[in-house]
Amino acid sequence: MKVGLFIPCYVDQFYPQVGIATLELLQKLGCEVSFPMDQTCCGQPMANSGYAHLTGGCDSNFVANFSEFDYIVCPSGSCTMHVKEHLHSKENEAAATHIRKNVYELTEFLTDVLKVESIEGHFPHRVGMHQSCHGQRGLKLSQMSELNAAPFSKPEQLLSKINGLDLVSLTRKDECCGFGGTFCVTEEAVSVKMGQDRIKDHESHQVEYITGFDMSCLMHLEGILKRQKSNIKVIHIAEILNSK
Amino acid sequence: MSSRDSILNKIKNNQPTEENQLPNLSVLGLEKFDVIETYKTVLKGIGGFCEEVNNIEEVKAYIATHYPTAKRKITTLPELADIAETDWTTVDPHTLEDVDLNIVKAHFGVAENSALWVTDAILGQRVSTFITQYLAIIVNKKDILPTMQQAYERIGNLDYGFGTFIAGPSKTADIEQSLVLGAHGARGLTVFLMG
Amino acid sequence: MKENTIDHSHAASKFNKDVERVNWHDETLWFVRSKRDKAAHNIPEWETLRETASNIKFNVLSNMHHYLQEFEAKAKENGIIVHWAADGDEHNKIVHSIIAKHGVTQMVKSKSMLTEECHLNEYLADNGIEVIDSDLGEFIVQLRKEPPSHIVLPAIHLKKEDVSNTFNEHLGTEKGNNDPQYLTEAARKELRDTFLTRKVALTGVNFAVAETGEFVVCTNEGNADMGAHLADVHIACMGFEKLVPERKHLGVFLRLLARSATGQPITTFSSHFKKPREGQEMHIVIVDNGRSTQLGREEFRNSLKCIRCGACMNTCPVYRRSGGHSYHNAVAGPIGSILAPNLDMKKNADLPFASTLCGSCSNVCPVKIDIHDQLYKWRQVLVKEGYTPTSKTVAMKGMSAVLANPTVFKIAGKAGRFVVKNMPFMVNNSMNAWYKQREMPAAPEESFREWYAKKQKEAKDKK
Repeated sequence: MKVGLFIPCYVDQFYPQVGIATLELLQKLGCEVSFPMDQTCCGQPMANSGYAHLTGGCDSNFVANFSEFDYIVCPSGSCTMHVKEHLHSKENEAAATHIRKNVYELTEFLTDVLKVESIEGHFPHRVGMHQSCHGQRGLKLSQMSELNAAPFSKPEQLLSKINGLDLVSLTRKDECCGFGGTFCVTEEAVSVKMGQDRIKDHESHQVEYITGFDMSCLMHLEGILKRQKSNIKVIHIAEILNSK
Repeated sequence: MSSRDSILNKIKNNQPTEENQLPNLSVLGLEKFDVIETYKTVLKGIGGFCEEVNNIEEVKAYIATHYPTAKRKITTLPELADIAETDWTTVDPHTLEDVDLNIVKAHFGVAENSALWVTDAILGQRVSTFITQYLAIIVNKKDILPTMQQAYERIGNLDYGFGTFIAGPSKTADIEQSLVLGAHGARGLTVFLMG
Repeated sequence: MKENTIDHSHAASKFNKDVERVNWHDETLWFVRSKRDKAAHNIPEWETLRETASNIKFNVLSNMHHYLQEFEAKAKENGIIVHWAADGDEHNKIVHSIIAKHGVTQMVKSKSMLTEECHLNEYLADNGIEVIDSDLGEFIVQLRKEPPSHIVLPAIHLKKEDVSNTFNEHLGTEKGNNDPQYLTEAARKELRDTFLTRKVALTGVNFAVAETGEFVVCTNEGNADMGAHLADVHIACMGFEKLVPERKHLGVFLRLLARSATGQPITTFSSHFKKPREGQEMHIVIVDNGRSTQLGREEFRNSLKCIRCGACMNTCPVYRRSGGHSYHNAVAGPIGSILAPNLDMKKNADLPFASTLCGSCSNVCPVKIDIHDQLYKWRQVLVKEGYTPTSKTVAMKGMSAVLANPTVFKIAGKAGRFVVKNMPFMVNNSMNAWYKQREMPAAPEESFREWYAKKQKEAKDKK
C-alpha cells in the first residue's frame, strides 16, 4: 500500500514533530510511506478567504505530487476536507478525482482503512480532546452534538487504546475554538475569546494536555495558553498515538 | 406592470426548474407511546395543570375550590351555564377585558406538545381564550392524539375562520431568559382530561 | 442602523470589552441551544422531520409561482384583501395607506422581522403614526430605541438591570426592582391598555398555506392574538417564502419550529387565521424585497427555506460572543449573514467572513439549509465582485504564486519563514492581530521537510 504523506505547510514549518510522528506511526503500521518533496499547500487559506479562484496553481501542484499514491494521508482534518471537497485539475481531472476519493485524515485512515485494532502507545496523562470542526462536522470523524444520532468518535476510539491515557469528557463537546483561518486575525477579539473559553472548559476538567487532529486549532490554543503562562500543553493526536 | 405581476414574473423566471415531489408524510408520527401519560408530563413541563375528571360535575367542583376569587367567569358550554356567563358571544370583544376565567372545550389535544385545538365554533369570541386572566379547557381523553401528524389528519379539510393550538399558559422569557407565566394572555391553564 | 454601519469585527471587538457580559450572553444562548438539543433528542424521528421539512420547502421554491397565485385566490375567497409589495418601501406605503384609510394614528404590532427588514416603524413615525411593539422583548428594545438583537429573543443582549432602568424611566416602575416577574407584569398592564385601544393591529406570518389561503402566527405571549382579535383591522405582512403547499404540512413545521427555537415542544399559541372575524377587515401584504433575486441565485436560494427559528444564532459561537447588533442587519447571525449580502453586497460584505465555518448552524437548522457552505460561497462572490480590500487581494495573489511553485516555496520556506510572512492568519493585519493576545508559535530548528530530506539522505548513504 503506497501512502503519500501530505503535511500541511504550517505543520511542516512549525510542528515538524507532528509530521515525524505521523510518518513513524504509519510506517509502524506497515504502510509504505513517502513525502513528495514538491508539495506546498492545499490552497485552503486562500479559498476560505474568498479566493478559491486563485488556487488553480496549488491544485495543479498538489495533483502533480500526489496522483501516484493509493492513499494520501494528512494529519489535519481541515486540509483533508479542503482537498476532498475542492481539488480539481484542468489538466488531469481523473487524477484529481482519484486524490479526492483517496485522501484521508490520519485517524480515519487508521480506523477505516487500516482498521487498526490495537496500538502500542503509552501516555499516562489526563487529556482533553478538541474536536476541530472541519474534521468533525466536515469529515464526520465523530458524531456531532447537534444531531439526534448514535454517538461515535474515530479519534477517541484510537485514544482509548493508549495505555494510561485518561480522556476527560468536556462540558461543550464540540464547540469551535475560534481559529477559523483568516478569521483568527480579522475577527481577533471573538477568535481569542472563543479560544479562551475552550481552554476554560479543558481547565475545569484538570487536563494536562489538549489534543486534536488539527494543529491549526491547537496552534491557536497554544498561543493563548502560552500568553496565559498556563501549564496545559497542546499535543497532536499523532504524537500520542506514536508515543512509546 | 403591477408589482404583483412583476414579482410573479420574476419568480417564474428564477424559481428552480428541477422536478421535485412533495415528501410522503405518512411515515411520520408512527412511534408508539402512552399518549395520556405523555400529555400530562408535557403539560406540566410547560406550566399547565392537569386534572383528570369523570364528568362535568367534577369540573364545577374543581372550579369552585380552585377559583374562589374569580369574579367574572365565562363559558361557551351550556352545561356550565349555572357557574359561568354564556351570553357574551355577540358583545363587543373589548368588554371581555375583566374576565377572570374562561372555560371552553377543545376539539382535541396532542400528546407530544400538550396543545389543544380550538376553533371559532367553540370559542364564542376569538379573543376569549387570550384576554381572560385564567383559562380552563376541557378535553375528552379519547380525543388526545399522539402527534401533530395525527392532529392535521383530524383537522383535514375542516372549514373555520380561526383556529388555534393552545399549549400551556401565556409566557415570556424575554428578560434574561427567566420564565414568567402570564405575558399577555392567560396567567394559568388548567386542562380537564375527561373520561 | 441605516447609516454609520461599523463592520462586524469592530462591533464585536467593542462587545468583547465587557467580559462579564460576553460570558453571560454566551452562556445564556448556550443554555437555549442545550434546551433545543434536549427537545430534538426527544423526538426519535427528528432527523427525518428535518429532511421532510427541507424537501417540502424545496418543493415550495420550485413551485413558488403557482403556490403564490393559489394562496392569493384562496385568501381572497376567504375575504382577505391581498397586497403585493416589490420592496420595503412599497410595503411601508401599503401599510401606511391602510392605516390612513381608517383615519387612525396608532397601531399595535406583534413580532415581524419583515417589518424590521423594511424599517416600517421609522417610516410610519415619519408619517405621524405611532407604533407600539407588543412582544415583550421588542417592547423593551423599542423603548430603548434599539433594534432587536435576535429574531426570537429580541432583548437577549440586555440584563434585567437594563430593563429595570428602562421601565423605571418609561413606565414608572420602582427604581432598582429587577425582578423579571414584576417587570413583565408592568409591561402586561401597560400593553393591555394598548391592545384595548388600538383599531389597527399588524402581525407577522410564520406560515401561509397555499391550499387554503390561511396563515399561521406563532407566539408564546399571545400578543399577536390580543392585537388582532380586538382590532377592527388586521394587517399581516409576509415574505413570499413563508408558503407551505398544504395545511397538513404545518404539522411538520410546527413540530420543528419551537423545539429548534427555544426547546419548547410548541409555542403556546399557533393561531390559524383563515377569514376575518365578522365586521373585521383583514389584509395580507406579500413582500418580495430581494427574495425573487435570491431565488434566482442557485447557490443561495436554499436560504429562502428559513423559518426564522433562530437556532443557528443560538448555536453560533461567533454570534454568542459578538451579539446581534454587530451584524448590522435585521436578521443577525449565520442566517442573516447569508441573507444580507443579497440585499446589499457592499454594506454587508463583512458578514460572510464573520464565521469560522464551523458548521454547527447547518446541523441545527430545522430545514437543513447549508448555511456554512453558503457563507463560504458568498465569500467567493464578494471577492469576485470586488468587495474586499485591495491589499488583501494583492497578498492573496502573491501567496498563491508562491504556493503554486515548489521551487520558490522551498526557498521561501526555511523553517517558519514562509508561514509567518505569508499565511493570512499570521499577517493580513498591520497590527499583527495574532500577537495581541496570543504567542507566536516557536520556529523549530528544522522544518519537517528538512528533517525528511536529511533522513532520506542518511538512508541512501547507508546503502
